Amino acid sequence: MPPGISTSDFYYILPELVLTAGALVVLIADVLLPRERRSALSWVTLAAVGATLASLLPFTSTHVEVAHGLLAVDRFALFFKIVFLVAAAITVLMSVRYLAIEGASPGEYYFLILCATLGMMVMAGGIDLITIFIGLETMAVSFYILAGFIKPNQRSNEAAVKYFLLGAFSLGILLYGMSLMYGLSGTTNLRVMATSFGAMAGDSRLALAVILVVAGVGFKIAAVPFHMWAPDVYEGAPTPVTAFLSVGSKAASFAMLIRIFVEGLPSASEDWRLLFWVLSIATMTVGNFAAVTQTNVKRMLAYSSIAHAGYVLIGIVAGTSRGITATLVYLMVYSFMQLGAFAVVVMLRRADVVGDELKDFSGLASRNPFAAFAMLLFMLSLGGIPPTAGFMGKFWLFSAAIDAHYYWLALIGVLNSAVSLYYYIRIVVFMYVKKETLGSEPTTSPTLAVVLAVAVAATLVLGVYPQLLFNVAAASARTLGAAGATAALR
Amino acid sequence: MAPETLAFYAFGAVAVVASLLVIAQRNPIYSVLLLIASFGALSGLYVLLDAPFVAVIQIIVYAGAIMVLFLFVVMLLNAPHEETEYDERVHPLLRPGPMRFGALLALVLAGELSWALTRSGDSGRFPAGAVASVRAIGRSLFTDYAFPFEVTSILILVAMVGAVLLARREGRG
Repeated sequence: MPPGISTSDFYYILPELVLTAGALVVLIADVLLPRERRSALSWVTLAAVGATLASLLPFTSTHVEVAHGLLAVDRFALFFKIVFLVAAAITVLMSVRYLAIEGASPGEYYFLILCATLGMMVMAGGIDLITIFIGLETMAVSFYILAGFIKPNQRSNEAAVKYFLLGAFSLGILLYGMSLMYGLSGTTNLRVMATSFGAMAGDSRLALAVILVVAGVGFKIAAVPFHMWAPDVYEGAPTPVTAFLSVGSKAASFAMLIRIFVEGLPSASEDWRLLFWVLSIATMTVGNFAAVTQTNVKRMLAYSSIAHAGYVLIGIVAGTSRGITATLVYLMVYSFMQLGAFAVVVMLRRADVVGDELKDFSGLASRNPFAAFAMLLFMLSLGGIPPTAGFMGKFWLFSAAIDAHYYWLALIGVLNSAVSLYYYIRIVVFMYVKKETLGSEPTTSPTLAVVLAVAVAATLVLGVYPQLLFNVAAASARTLGAAGATAALR
Repeated sequence: MAPETLAFYAFGAVAVVASLLVIAQRNPIYSVLLLIASFGALSGLYVLLDAPFVAVIQIIVYAGAIMVLFLFVVMLLNAPHEETEYDERVHPLLRPGPMRFGALLALVLAGELSWALTRSGDSGRFPAGAVASVRAIGRSLFTDYAFPFEVTSILILVAMVGAVLLARREGRG
């Protein structure tokens, strides 16, 4: 094998290279452009995301390991890269108006969004602990800064400091677990690791490593009891960043979770299935019941996002290829409805109103019928009502659990969905039933309209015709793992 | 005396004296600076032990990054002098709270060291220079691990942009 990065490696990491180039162009253009024309940077950013999406095209059926076995270019990585890039594009469209209102400089903001996306892509492709860790760090550091991007806002500062301190702490725990995995197997490559762990099932040192990694990853996906940071950070961070954090960061962390546990630790699957079973139930229940009492919509969506991490964990616990497929489907579906809901919150941010309290939604149906209808749809979808995409996603998750004989898990999931309807419908009641209106008109802009249209279309189309997404996700789940993964994917 | 032996005694003396002075100082900033001197002498000892990589890491990570962090915290807390609320005539081991905890840690360390030193025969398992060679680490960093190494450059760029952004004076958009 040639030393360093070979020419063929450069071909396979083309999407990452395009995205990096785009990020650097944004950073340089920020300096070169006169201040009043810097809003054009959002289009440069969108072009970079679009070019990266286009550069994924040659790899739709590739299945190789590149860069000395550190990175996999397969359909699993491809699926997640599409989720990240779509989420990034929607976030950028959401941010144009928001940044103008907040008076924040767009250059560094878009640069950090692109770098966070790059980190996510590296995480999803990584099949080596080192690659995954570097990707995670790139994403996390970008988000620490983005959370505190609105410097005059104290809540934003608080969010950044909290996220940074707790994030660094959890990363330490994750690293402890990873170094134990390395120490026990003598390799950082997950697929080699799976083979060398084959004979170690039931080893207590391996169980310790699994516990530490579960705790570290649990923080990133905001699973109970590692969720304490999420409500404060989600509430304090700029709303588009919150949207990207709750979608992109969560999806990337699930990609990392699946890579580490399904690809690297199939022999310890009894251990981690049990841990995730407990985490899943705790996360769903605590997330939903805490959301019921919230009056701040961003905070409510934060708890709802915690609860959704619990639902997604059901697919991981099931562990079958059907369960992983359901996980992928749900992450895609969740991205659209969550981003859409945050886009409506962004619309309510005006020059004079923060707009993230529940009462800010009152009478929205008469002020802006389209936004209210879109929000209604996202709430129904998050609650899991047909014919929206959220219903199909949940249906597959629960049926995967029943398929793998996790009946209690499915039952608790269904009961939790019923609880969640209470607070989702409450927003709808505020929008459609309450008549009094507060403050000025909601912000409308062409980019926000595009975001809502895309999210509404995706939520409806994936709800009515989900077969295409399901087939793609199933194909992606099948490419997982070269050696040991078949044991976990029964 | 061979030059290596001479260097060993010189570095060892600096390390021991600097370490003793660290705990003898009243001003925490002097303590931190003396600790850096002690770390420098230690890295000299590592060079003598044929472990140049550990020596360089000692300088970069401990004397560089970690001590800067220490200094930062000391200056941030603005603590020019150690609080002397203890009775000076009482022996340190009998003073309350943190002092006794420090003494306990020192005892644990002494125990660990004596345990490790009586087992020094085991360390022969590692071939000389295989683990600690700068050449071997550098080679695998720039060949096998070239990809994550390059991604690290983006990570550092992100951290730099963040530092500039957060430190920048407000008022210019």
